[in-house]
Amino acid sequence: MATQLESDDQTSEDAFRTEVRQFLATNFPDELRCTGNMLAGLDGPTDENPVQKKWREAVGGRGWGTPTWPKEYGGGGLTKGQTRIIEHEFAKVGAYNPIGGMGVMMFGPTLLEYGDERQKLEHIPPICRGEIRWCQGYSEPNAGSDLANLQTFAADKGDHYLVNGQKTWTSGGQWADKCFAIVRTDRSDKHKGISFMLIDMDAPGVEVRPITMISGTSPFCETFFTDVKVPKENLVGKEGQGWTIGKRLLQHERTNISGGGRLAGMMGQSLGDIAKKYCETGGDGALVNKVLRDKIADLEIRWNSFLLTARRAVEESKAQGGVSEISSVLKKVGTKLAQDRSELLIEIRGFQGLGWEGDEFGDDELEDVRGWLFGKAATIYGGSTEVQNNIIAKRVLGMLDHQ
Amino acid sequence: MAVLSEEQEMLRNMARDWATKESPVAEFRKVRAAGQPQAYNAYAYAAMAEMGWAGIIIPEAHGGSDFGFLSAGLVVEELGKTLTASPLVATTIAASAILLGGSDEQKAKWLPRLASGETVATLAVEEGTHCDTSAIETSVSGGKLTGKKAFVHEAHGASLFVVAAKDGLYLVEKGDGVSLTTRKLTDQRSHADIQFAGAAAEKLEGGGDSLLGDVLDRARVLSAAEMLGMAQAVFDTTLDYLKQRVQFNQVLATFQALQHRMADLFADLTQMRSAVEAGLQAVDSGFGVARAATIAKAEANRVLHAISNQGIQLHGGIGMTDEFNVGFYLKRARVLEASWGSSSYLKDRFARLSGY
Repeated sequence: MATQLESDDQTSEDAFRTEVRQFLATNFPDELRCTGNMLAGLDGPTDENPVQKKWREAVGGRGWGTPTWPKEYGGGGLTKGQTRIIEHEFAKVGAYNPIGGMGVMMFGPTLLEYGDERQKLEHIPPICRGEIRWCQGYSEPNAGSDLANLQTFAADKGDHYLVNGQKTWTSGGQWADKCFAIVRTDRSDKHKGISFMLIDMDAPGVEVRPITMISGTSPFCETFFTDVKVPKENLVGKEGQGWTIGKRLLQHERTNISGGGRLAGMMGQSLGDIAKKYCETGGDGALVNKVLRDKIADLEIRWNSFLLTARRAVEESKAQGGVSEISSVLKKVGTKLAQDRSELLIEIRGFQGLGWEGDEFGDDELEDVRGWLFGKAATIYGGSTEVQNNIIAKRVLGMLDHQ
Repeated sequence: MAVLSEEQEMLRNMARDWATKESPVAEFRKVRAAGQPQAYNAYAYAAMAEMGWAGIIIPEAHGGSDFGFLSAGLVVEELGKTLTASPLVATTIAASAILLGGSDEQKAKWLPRLASGETVATLAVEEGTHCDTSAIETSVSGGKLTGKKAFVHEAHGASLFVVAAKDGLYLVEKGDGVSLTTRKLTDQRSHADIQFAGAAAEKLEGGGDSLLGDVLDRARVLSAAEMLGMAQAVFDTTLDYLKQRVQFNQVLATFQALQHRMADLFADLTQMRSAVEAGLQAVDSGFGVARAATIAKAEANRVLHAISNQGIQLHGGIGMTDEFNVGFYLKRARVLEASWGSSSYLKDRFARLSGY
């Protein structure tokens, strides 16, 4: 019996693989091969060309950019096995997933869990099609690590809320269509006075100001709300449930910051190979500077065990059907290693690794300098390293609250 | 923890149960007090062999269970947690050498004896104070092996040695031409320098040029598994202690400085477990073994070093006493860190394997 089932599974998997291959042959244009960005829509403005748009529509139309999400809301409705087939077949021909951004990584999974039917039908399909870009209204000037201290207030006006206050570090706020925000609906209770609501970024009273960072770029914004009307149907869950929903969303965020794709991509080239271009090597091809060589090996060994840890977290989550406790260390470890790597890259390249602009510097050199600077944010946002340590100590290790 | 099969879970649970009940650290204290050079309880090793643990990597045809290195590592990890003194790791390493390089006759002769626990075997490679396979002087002429091996693990209990000579690995039985000088190290386990003076030796002809390196990689992942168990035990014990000890009218576990240090160590331990399990799995799959084993042992060295030091520091004064177990882990830790490649050796090897 088991054998029969297995062979049925095999047959359907083979059929699905064929379907994916045919889809790629028909829809994936050669000129996009090995281009694109899994996170399209998070870090920059939309300037899609018609070919990219067509590819996004093809993938989004099938729900294959969000393969495991339910079909009734525009997702693929696929199994994990089928999802792996999609990933594998896409990777084989150098095709990227054009559906991404905060809607996919954070907001969508949270709304699927806490949203009502009407909200899911309204908001999930455009995310699956890559049409609507979401930003996150969480941090405030006085609510960073102490996020629950947020003061942006939504006053109950009968059929709507009137929202006043300021959010900050709004990633991609200047390009977003909508914002999922946690706001205060009750000043008498720090945690239970928070609600989760959805705000249109083009609503009257919303003002977005990009913040220039030490890296020279402006991926974050300040967002001001002045008497912004938010219809009651944009409340997710119940009033006062925002802290619970908001924290759930942060779990998705952490998994994405550390989890893998993004950092793994950054760490593409071996530091040793880069060092061999900038530093003296001996007859055997080894770096002559043994101290530097040791530093590189040390970092790469730790980086390798981080990748193994990320993989283990995924395997354990699948096997246990829940988030593995080791996922709590991924953000902390991954961001630290990425910062260490950026610093080491500067040591390897010397002054050539500190260029701000100019044709004398390679694109990779300039990008890495900006990445080094911007990377300092990684141990601050999404719950700083110190907050992560508190979480590990209390939730995982069961150490008592110090407060 | 890697995702395990049902058999592997049973094996691990059995090992955990046995180590906790039959072989707590108190048993190691007894071994130490007895002062015998072989430094393990022969009855305990017989019981372990009886449960099939000495044959985990040995094929069924030769009396083993053929469960592989990840399974062997699970058992070794549990034994490491309680500092169980036994020649299990040494014998498993020696078995791997015979499996990789032995003839059918050699396998048929030795593997069943190793699996049953009847014969204890060990690997003898180093001739100096550090892991250095390029400095091997031991040579063989007319089937007679001559040379000096240093700091051989489990040398006293072993009756079979897998010896690295200039031109390959040889099997040498304890007997004529083999003399031991005991070297007492901090871990109070069995170590000896061995003088081979024309001892009868039989070459392991198979396995190719990389045989010694391949065996050392297996030694690295198995030792790393023992170290993983030790690191986990020190971490758990220290965490328990912090939750009990009161100073300034406060349980130590409520101090944020200590919470964050434990969070750092937890992250390190998580990294170590991933690396060690991946090393064991690499041996089972045969893919990327050298690299994975180097990463596994390098991470085991780094993390156990840190945790064994912090274990003492966080226990405070009582951590310095012989009455508390945490010091035993520190002393065993450094011996294993030095075995089959120190941290600097492994980083150098990683760089070489990576082409820089």
